[in-house]
Amino acid sequence: MNTPALTELLFKMADDQLILGHRNSEWTGFGPLLEEDIAFSSMAQDKVGHSQALYELLHSLGQPAPDEVAFLRPAGQFHNCIFVELPNGEYDFSLIRHFLYDTAESIRFELLRKSSFEPLAQLAHKIHGELRYHTLHANTWIKQLGTATEESISRLQHSLAFALPYALGIFERSPFEKELAADGIFEGEDVLQERWRAKVEEVISQTDLTLPAWNTIAPVLGGRQGKHSEHLTPLLDEMGEVFRIDPTASW
Amino acid sequence: MKPSPITSRDVYTWLEAVKDPEIPVLSLVDLGVITDVVVENNSVDIEMTPTFVGCPALEIMKQEITETLLQRGMKEVRIVVNFRDPWSSDKISEKGRRALKEFGLAPPMAAKVFTDLDVLEHVSCPRCEGTNTTLKSVFGPTLCRSIHYCFDCQESFEQFKPL
Repeated sequence: MNTPALTELLFKMADDQLILGHRNSEWTGFGPLLEEDIAFSSMAQDKVGHSQALYELLHSLGQPAPDEVAFLRPAGQFHNCIFVELPNGEYDFSLIRHFLYDTAESIRFELLRKSSFEPLAQLAHKIHGELRYHTLHANTWIKQLGTATEESISRLQHSLAFALPYALGIFERSPFEKELAADGIFEGEDVLQERWRAKVEEVISQTDLTLPAWNTIAPVLGGRQGKHSEHLTPLLDEMGEVFRIDPTASW
Repeated sequence: MKPSPITSRDVYTWLEAVKDPEIPVLSLVDLGVITDVVVENNSVDIEMTPTFVGCPALEIMKQEITETLLQRGMKEVRIVVNFRDPWSSDKISEKGRRALKEFGLAPPMAAKVFTDLDVLEHVSCPRCEGTNTTLKSVFGPTLCRSIHYCFDCQESFEQFKPL
């Protein structure tokens, strides 16, 4: 088993889940409807749980304990895509991000069910089942608000145009693409992106929203290599504030 | 007379007393989260798996399992959490499904029925058993529950989500 390649893959996945989980949790108490407040809070809980399980796998490969890697690393050591660290903005942006990101994540875990790293394949099987509820939630609202009023359609269209370059950053290639595919750990970002595009097109075609041609979108890259926007450090400061008061405390 | 050795069957029986902290009528055994029990002399190895990966009740469950078995005279309780035999809602026993319904929670439909998410639209109401119902939210008060509304009873209800 190629441990450096596997470690890189697990870190970027775990960091995505943790950071987006934290952003989702910022909707707690502020959702536009009670049900949406509960939905984003529940997805936050799922995602932070998924990140913890992935950090546990990393721990079994020799990395520090989950709490330490979650709360003590500086921004430059996080490998999440920039997309997930962007502030929530208005509900339309959070919804578009939820749709674009969770569509990709669901396909990623679907592919990983066949991973040659058995503990990851087992976890992927489990998480993929849970993500059905996330994608159901996203697709329902995109279809509903994407065909509703002039305001809802134009808001989503505007957020979609803003989000797409960042969404393509999800699929920033790893230096280990060849090794991961050759070892049967993961089929790779290009395979994932191709399947993601097809699914996004399928849902958007059922709305009054339009997608620009894919080749006109310039991906925002860098997150996977630890190069982040100015939004990540304040998020990490807030997320780890209590833990850092006393890292040795027993919870 | 020497007491007969403790078996895994004894441990399963004792674990009937440990309930799901979020649904206090359902034991961990009926919930289906205990996936293996191996007893050797006075120590026991338990393998368990969470309903949802992010289930916050897992730590409390582990603590209550340990306390219960130590009280029964076990000297050592080791618990491993993994996804070797992952939880699905089909792991809930018949007894567990009845307990859920009496508690007012619609039991999950079988996974083989749950191939299309549309089945969530008309879940059977735990009060009147009718299907004149609608899905209000796939997310509820805990990760494992969704919120529905029954037009006949004119009341909302929750379902234990199929997974």
